[in-house]
Amino acid sequence: MSPARVVRHGAALAWRNLVKFRHTPDQLLDIMLMPVTFVVMFVFLFGNAVSGDWHAYLQFVIPGIAVQALMFVSLGTALSLNTDIRNGIYDRFRSMPIARSAPLIGHILGDSVKYVLAIVLVFALGLVLGFRIDAEAPAIAAAAGLMLAFAFAICWIATLIGVAARSAETVQALSLVLIFPLTFGSNIFVPTGKLPGWLQAWVKINPVTQLSDAIRGLLLGTPAYATIARSLLWTAGIVVVVAPLAVFTYRRRA
Amino acid sequence: MIEVDGLVKRFSKTVALDGIELAVPAGSVCALLGPNGAGKTTVVRILATLLRADAGTARVGGFDVASDPDRVRELIGLTGQFAAVDEALTGAENLLLIAKLRELPRREARRRVAELLDRFGLADVGGRLARTYSGGMRRRLDVAASLLGSPKVLFLDEPTTGLDPRSRADVWALIRGLVADGTTVLLTTQYLEEADRLADTISVIDRGRVIQAGTPFQLKARVGGQTLTVRPVEPARVRDTAEIVKRIAGAGPSGDTHGDVVSAVVPAGSDAAAMLAEVAAELRRAGISVGEIGVRLASLDEVFLALTAKELVA
Ligand SMILES: Nc1ncnc2c1ncn2[C@@H]1O[C@H](COP(=O)(O)OP(=O)(O)OP(=O)(O)O)[C@@H](O)[C@H]1O
Ligand SMILES: [Mg+2]
Repeated sequence: MSPARVVRHGAALAWRNLVKFRHTPDQLLDIMLMPVTFVVMFVFLFGNAVSGDWHAYLQFVIPGIAVQALMFVSLGTALSLNTDIRNGIYDRFRSMPIARSAPLIGHILGDSVKYVLAIVLVFALGLVLGFRIDAEAPAIAAAAGLMLAFAFAICWIATLIGVAARSAETVQALSLVLIFPLTFGSNIFVPTGKLPGWLQAWVKINPVTQLSDAIRGLLLGTPAYATIARSLLWTAGIVVVVAPLAVFTYRRRA
Repeated sequence: MIEVDGLVKRFSKTVALDGIELAVPAGSVCALLGPNGAGKTTVVRILATLLRADAGTARVGGFDVASDPDRVRELIGLTGQFAAVDEALTGAENLLLIAKLRELPRREARRRVAELLDRFGLADVGGRLARTYSGGMRRRLDVAASLLGSPKVLFLDEPTTGLDPRSRADVWALIRGLVADGTTVLLTTQYLEEADRLADTISVIDRGRVIQAGTPFQLKARVGGQTLTVRPVEPARVRDTAEIVKRIAGAGPSGDTHGDVVSAVVPAGSDAAAMLAEVAAELRRAGISVGEIGVRLASLDEVFLALTAKELVA
């Protein structure tokens, strides 16, 4: 199958995801509910406790919550892909002369809007509450790029979970088992130094910590190249390992 | 157009198909008839390239479904047993998605979608989410989607299950129209009437094997034989009538009475017309006036029950 056709088929299926999103705007709520809850909870309830000053805490926590929001959007990607595969509609797709990878491309492409939206909405909320960006355009663009690259990587993890799981419940369980240690075992909410010692070793290597630090640095005018590099390395590593695995599992299943 | 030879499929311990043979000439309708679990869906899924057989070959349009699935996919349309409709899209969008995947040019796609919605009586609801459709509307949308690519070969797995008599008749009319245009159709059904009305050939499947195949007429003649029925005008004479019929048709299963009707299976090899004349003459002699008398082919229902029951005993 020629690459042009693969792209056409993928685009058609991405179109499908976008149309669905337009029909059911309450999906926006799904995207925003978690981040808003976490912002409110942490900034206003624990903010003073963690850093003694909720405004300083806001500066610290918003980049992390944006990363966390991406993880929750990925749960949606895994769920919709999984539902699709178990649905009769996949039989129709597979009985048609379309590229086998088209449904995966369609999901990733179609859901990319949601990831972008999640990032934009979290920062918009932050700005309304008083989050201040102290950086030039290139640094902001770099931060956006890092986040999108990471979104692409976890999109593949979601794809793997979506194609491997036998039921929606399994998708939920697997995703949460992954999301919780990655987000709560990171420095999204609490600086690494204030965490219990036994946890710090994991927190320091956690990709979510690396990415959150990299974004904080870029947006607050204190770029730290080491964290940026490590974050990119993690992102590339996840894609290189997980994407082929997801495609392999998908081919065996479909 | 469809050639199936010695098809075998196992699911762990279950033998779903146990050497299926099938030949469907281009432009004809073949019905797979069989009870639940007979293997109908499995045959369709293998032919539609969704499932691999463990043994045997299947060709569609001359292409092997296992080694040349892409060529086969160019030719076929599939309506599976369970609705393949995206409930979060409107009816029109569902069809448009298939048109896009079929790479129809935009204008052509629009035209085909409108035409199909119209043909399936969905024009008024085309803009509504499929989630709000009734079961019958969904089913029709599903069948419409399988027609979008103007397939040469159409697989319909229980296409009218759950449809009301009116929609069922509509789908039948559509299938006949398609066949008139040269489409080859393989449909599965549990409705004997449907097979009788639509199919050029019927293959009766049970437990993964074809136990009978032929035209509806052949099947009825071959298995059920013919049935002689008499209804005397006066219900009081039913018993006398039964005596006479039994004497002429012979003992055995004949001479059944259902209410005021006497019926008997004409034994294989005997002349039904002569028997009919003889019964009529005897009845007149006995002074029994006849309200209704005749010989007819056994219904497909009778054939079906006879066949699957025989399998059960064997
Ligand atoms: N994926 C599967 N895994 C295990 N067994 C299966 C699978 N699909 C079908 N079977 C078994 O294969 C046999 C044939 O099933 P199939 O679905 O082809 O029957 P069918 O004739 O379509 O029945 P129905 O009229 O109920 O739709 C059944 O015994 C069924 O349990
Ligand atoms: Mg079936």
